[in-house]
Amino acid sequence: MSQFAQSSDAAALASTRPPRRARRKFNVMSILGTTPMILTAVGVFVVCIIFSFIWSFTNSKLFPNFNFVGLDQYYRLWASDRWNISVGNVFVFGIWSMVANMVFGYLLAVFMDQRIQQEDLFRSIFLYPFAMSLVVTGLVWQWMFDPNLGIQSAVRQLGWTDFQFAPLTNQSTAIYGVVLGGVWNGVGVTMAILLAGLRGVDGEIWKAAKIDGIPAWRTYLFIVLPMMKGAILTAFILQCTGVVRVFDIVIAMTQGGPGVSTQMPAIYVIQHITDRVNVGQGMAAASTMLLPVIAVLALQGILQWNARRKKEKAL
Amino acid sequence: MTSEALSPSKLGASGAVEPRGAKPKKLTIARVGVYAFLVIAALFFLMPLWVMVVTSLKGLPEIRLGHLFNLPAEVTFEPWLKAWDTACTGRDCNGLKPGFMNSLKITLLSVPVSIVVAMINGYALSFWKYKGSDLLFGILIFGAFVPYQVVIYPLIIGLSKVGLFATLPGIVIVHTIFGMPILTLLFRNFFASLPPELFKAARVDGAGFWQIFFQIMLPMSVPIAIVAVILQTTGIWNDFLFGTVFAGRENMPMTVQLNNIVTTTTGVREYNVNMAATILTAAVPLAVYFISGKWFVRGIAAGAVKG
Repeated sequence: MSQFAQSSDAAALASTRPPRRARRKFNVMSILGTTPMILTAVGVFVVCIIFSFIWSFTNSKLFPNFNFVGLDQYYRLWASDRWNISVGNVFVFGIWSMVANMVFGYLLAVFMDQRIQQEDLFRSIFLYPFAMSLVVTGLVWQWMFDPNLGIQSAVRQLGWTDFQFAPLTNQSTAIYGVVLGGVWNGVGVTMAILLAGLRGVDGEIWKAAKIDGIPAWRTYLFIVLPMMKGAILTAFILQCTGVVRVFDIVIAMTQGGPGVSTQMPAIYVIQHITDRVNVGQGMAAASTMLLPVIAVLALQGILQWNARRKKEKAL
Repeated sequence: MTSEALSPSKLGASGAVEPRGAKPKKLTIARVGVYAFLVIAALFFLMPLWVMVVTSLKGLPEIRLGHLFNLPAEVTFEPWLKAWDTACTGRDCNGLKPGFMNSLKITLLSVPVSIVVAMINGYALSFWKYKGSDLLFGILIFGAFVPYQVVIYPLIIGLSKVGLFATLPGIVIVHTIFGMPILTLLFRNFFASLPPELFKAARVDGAGFWQIFFQIMLPMSVPIAIVAVILQTTGIWNDFLFGTVFAGRENMPMTVQLNNIVTTTTGVREYNVNMAATILTAAVPLAVYFISGKWFVRGIAAGAVKG
């Protein structure tokens, strides 16, 4: 701070300057300092997306070209079984992951909220899987789901000889195996967010509910839960972005198999720009992946705009 | 996003906020039920870790007996040595060592670069707005929601045009780009929460952009920077997608190498070596998690608030 005191002469000088010039001078530094941000925002999140979009209308193979073929890539995309199954899979995966995450996460949060002993220990146990990568998660669960040496065989050796638990070997159940791995990895975070939400709720509510003789479980479900919209929304958005991006865990656990039963859009794109050398097709799939994101953001924008308009009307 | 209940400080401190559930009076059946539920849940979470550790300490013949959960009858550290030193990825049989070194390099470079960049962004966005700066920030936040696949291919082309594709600087740039939305938001929110008088006083004293940044803002942002370091260290170490696409063979990170070792083994599948390799890969972020404790939770909260 001493330097500022020394430069009081300069400060006196500065204050006599016309304010506009001074501001512009410092803005140059601000622009210079945020050059990486400008490059990222414009160069990556605008220009790259535009290029992806443009190439989705071309017949690019290994290298991008500009031979436009209209909507061909999109027709081909939606005619592809692999893609349609991928889209179906991401919905199944997304819905089950979110339901399991929310229900299990809220249950854990509620039980953690019962003035229990060793709360920190339980919290550490519920959260540690999140510190591990999804690749690690996928590989561990793949091992535990091993039909010959995993949980199935361990339980069978206890005497229950027709016990069935090897979801990854079956086309119709493989995706639920991936869901289980994903939930194991991430539900601790949902718990932490919802627990914070629970504790943010006004304590008077509890007293009031008690006086009215409402049982605790009903208070949790019908009174407190609707009051923590912020926490629920946060957990929800966090899971949504995770679901759209789901890639690592599937690669590690099933590589999209058996067959195409755990294929995902994110894998479809990567496969087409690498092994399948069909950039045009990959870009059509990537551009399609952007649609739900834009739709959700647009919806949020409209809702905000509506709310603002209502407020203005009320005034 | 705006919910005050979710401010990291409230989420993080374990003892700061008292539980508000119904007060327990004595040991009732309900109390036993609460603990039973929590203990069973804890066993579910611990099970994979247990299985990983015991499997990695068993010999292959013992594993083939199929006692997944049993302690090893005979403890062997052979699988650990093999995973670290001689396990094969395709034709290379150097174990996880090279992957570990690559991940170390990538993480040690990417973490400071991405954090310094985001810190300056957040500072400029809070105190030195210019025409269009809010729009840039909006685009950046939009970038937090964009599926990576939409930008990956043009980014590959762009980076190879300037000769950075499949190089160490290339992967560092990629991590800086994709960490920027959340980190910038984190720092912007932090700087915006500081009293504006702090900045005004420095301005009156004639301090400029960098002077205020280095002498006032940087020292004040140490706590939030720690959160960012934890967030980035675990995030970058655990990254798989960018490592696969951008790092190239020379800089292949540990997660990618681990996946290759486990999924492309020819001949006998060595489950014990695979599990030892898995633990080794998870070791660094787990250590960060257990050392940082409540800071880690704050990091998650900060990441979560990105919505």
